[in-house]
Amino acid sequence: MSSDPGLAAQRNVAATDVEDDGGERLRHLPNRLPEHGGDHPQPPQAARIERVLGASLAALGTGPHTVLQHLIALQQAFSYVPEPAIERLVAVLGVTRAQILAAVDFYAFLHLTPRGRFDIRLSDNITDRMRGSQALCAQLCTALGVRIGEPRADGRVSVDVTACTGMCDQGPAALVNGHALTRLDAERLRRVAALVEADTPLAHWPQELFVVSNNVEQPGLLLADLEPREAGLEALLAHGADRVLAALAASGLRGRGGAGFTTADKWCLCRAARGKDKVVVCNADEGEPGTFKDRVLLTSYADLVFEGMTIAAGAVGASEGFLYLRGEYRYLLEHLEAVLARRRAQGLLGAGIGGWPGSRYGATGGFDFDIRIHLGAGAYICGEESALIESLEGKRGITRKRPPFPVIEGYLDRPTLVNNVETFLAAARIVEHGADWFRGQGTERSPGSKILSVSGDCTWPGLYEVPFGTSVAEVLERCGAADTQAVQVSGAAGITLTPAEFDRELAFEDLPASGAFIVLDASRDLLEMVRNFAWFFAHESCGFCTPCRVGGRLVLDLVEKVAAGAASAHDLAELRDVAGVMHRASHCGLGRTAPNHVLDTLDKFPHIYTRRLCMADYAPAFDLDAALAEARSLTHRDDAAAHLSGDA
Amino acid sequence: MNDAQNAANERPAFTLDGGRIPFTPGQTIMDAALAAGVYIPHLCHKPGSAPHGSCRVCVVRANGLELSACTTPAQPDLVVESEADDIRALRLAVVQMLFIEGNHICPACEVSGACALQAVAYHCGMLTPRFPQRFPRRAVDASHPDFVLDHNRCILCELCVRASRDDDGKRVFAISGRGIASRLIVDSPTGLLGDSSFSKDDAAARVCPVGAILPRRQVFRIPIGKRYYDRSPIGHVGDVAPRLDAEDVEL
Repeated sequence: MSSDPGLAAQRNVAATDVEDDGGERLRHLPNRLPEHGGDHPQPPQAARIERVLGASLAALGTGPHTVLQHLIALQQAFSYVPEPAIERLVAVLGVTRAQILAAVDFYAFLHLTPRGRFDIRLSDNITDRMRGSQALCAQLCTALGVRIGEPRADGRVSVDVTACTGMCDQGPAALVNGHALTRLDAERLRRVAALVEADTPLAHWPQELFVVSNNVEQPGLLLADLEPREAGLEALLAHGADRVLAALAASGLRGRGGAGFTTADKWCLCRAARGKDKVVVCNADEGEPGTFKDRVLLTSYADLVFEGMTIAAGAVGASEGFLYLRGEYRYLLEHLEAVLARRRAQGLLGAGIGGWPGSRYGATGGFDFDIRIHLGAGAYICGEESALIESLEGKRGITRKRPPFPVIEGYLDRPTLVNNVETFLAAARIVEHGADWFRGQGTERSPGSKILSVSGDCTWPGLYEVPFGTSVAEVLERCGAADTQAVQVSGAAGITLTPAEFDRELAFEDLPASGAFIVLDASRDLLEMVRNFAWFFAHESCGFCTPCRVGGRLVLDLVEKVAAGAASAHDLAELRDVAGVMHRASHCGLGRTAPNHVLDTLDKFPHIYTRRLCMADYAPAFDLDAALAEARSLTHRDDAAAHLSGDA
Repeated sequence: MNDAQNAANERPAFTLDGGRIPFTPGQTIMDAALAAGVYIPHLCHKPGSAPHGSCRVCVVRANGLELSACTTPAQPDLVVESEADDIRALRLAVVQMLFIEGNHICPACEVSGACALQAVAYHCGMLTPRFPQRFPRRAVDASHPDFVLDHNRCILCELCVRASRDDDGKRVFAISGRGIASRLIVDSPTGLLGDSSFSKDDAAARVCPVGAILPRRQVFRIPIGKRYYDRSPIGHVGDVAPRLDAEDVEL
């Protein structure tokens, strides 16, 4: 399992990184980190900023839309975005200082003050918590003498939590300077702490800490065939776009990101869209908690994903492509860049694809298409296609209003086709094998197979590729789940199923599945899942619209009030109402699906709430005694008479 | 039937709360309703500006889907509900959320009576707070000679962001952060308005629907009690300029 190409890539990236993070920064880190508005840390050498920024500008150019990629390069090199670099970017890119500050403030992985040189982020998904990540996090903080979110005084290390890092099948997981740590336990974290204390460069950390397994437990139509043959691309070159689109339409392939839009329709709309310079984007911002299939596809099936993108480009007439890679998967970057470089060398990307000398397709002169990788920086919302496009343009990831749809007006107002990683892979194989091959599995309205990311309380977590129409119960049996209390399908934004629903089928017409399949057995308190998801959505709301921005926080506060045993029946009614307002009035899919877990569990598992209610019909949102703390402090009193007792 | 009526009948129209609203293709539900004299409450929308759709106060149900009226194109087959009980309740909840997000103390606010948030709240029937106040600690920026920027009252409608960018060509304002930590920031070396290129003649100086961008030495020229929305509810007068120093105010 350690022979994955991604592993080698991860090691290589680690080595490069530490080299880049070496000597100079050690000497220039301040001993004391400033409070907000306090002393500025001694800035890194101007020459070093110039080198990092110069390389980034040379690689990506000086368009305003490149700003986010430059900021990510700076963050990676310095553990924050230094002030002189901001001034330089303002001067060179024509963006404002406020725009840069706004972007840094928006993306969770960007900072204006230094992080620790070892910047550790523990994945805080429910699946990590179910394996004890919270206690492990406390252990790590104690061992290192740090508080969550605050870099240690010597600048050596910082520990924080982050949303799901896509390692649910091998959690608890973490990222250290962007590299994935898996299967954490007390022993492994002791080793991590010792390595940090010894100041061991990341490149010299034991490789086994970074092992990421594919865990393909059940291969199907797509996963069973690892070999890239470029037969789909050949079919495009030999038979033309019409045949490709006809095959795709006949296959009935629907988008694998969750919304389920018919892929052929999307491609046809983009093809028909007026406007030159069309763009093909692969959405690899796999942020839905509990989903990790794209991680495996990018690790071991990257050629097929890129082939699918290239076929799409040829079919719709696009010349520019992007892979939007979530920041959590940056450890795959070098591997993916290597695959792209090889494909360029093979003539499968670049100018005149198919127009090779002596090629039997040479008559057409081929078509031009290339793919660049754009990194994300910790924002779930960027998995939504229009927010992803905003992020590609270097902005905060705010969803656009529709219409216009991205296929008409997307990246830099150009027609833009955005599909999921799995969709491009499936498209490549459909064009290779034909629609009938694909329709041999699945249901009438949901043909083919679906790759599920199974995690939680089961013996064999990992990827299960099942024909659409497979029941939840069948998946539970295959993955070795027992005594199952609930299944969370399609991630935090998905559906909470009770055992009475386990005969339901995974298919767009019954249970639309984006891929996550989280199993919770009878020992679990489902309110812990609700707390985790409520935290997640409050954290990931982009803040654009009122219902999600404020409602998400209200939901979190109410759920915490329930968990604290301080809630009344009135609070449950408010919880349901606020969740309903978010669901109905929010601007985009994030806000509209964020309260699903609350509404589902209130209906299907009411006891997780009601058993914690205090008896009152109404309980205040604040602690009356705590509210007097400031007055007690001012009067230097802390005697009994200065407190309100519960009976007072 | 006279010619004018014939012409009106030839225009496409959609249904809004049982009435017919004619529209010109390209108009949104909001555009067409306001043009027809039908008020749909809104805060982030300014007639004549590009639709934005962030405040969600203009939520309506169009053919069964809850959408923002300001961003949804009008279409002949639309059946739109704006004043249905459940839509009004939805809208009220959104306004109540805005009230607890910032610090909105109407009785002590300089723009009471000229504030769209206050007027819309009255229109929606909000008489008391509902959700727990968040009481965020936000700054008052008094660095500019002509304007005060009071972040306590900002509702993140981005009207100033858009006006400064699109009308003034300045990009003085931006929204930073995300989620409940979203906030308005100013493009200047210090982050203060006084050090920015903001000027009292900017379009951005005249668009704030609340009291966040507040002209100095002007706010009490018209006494509280005699201001636009003191005299007539917003549902009747619609978007009258919220500026307190406007010349054309009838007392």
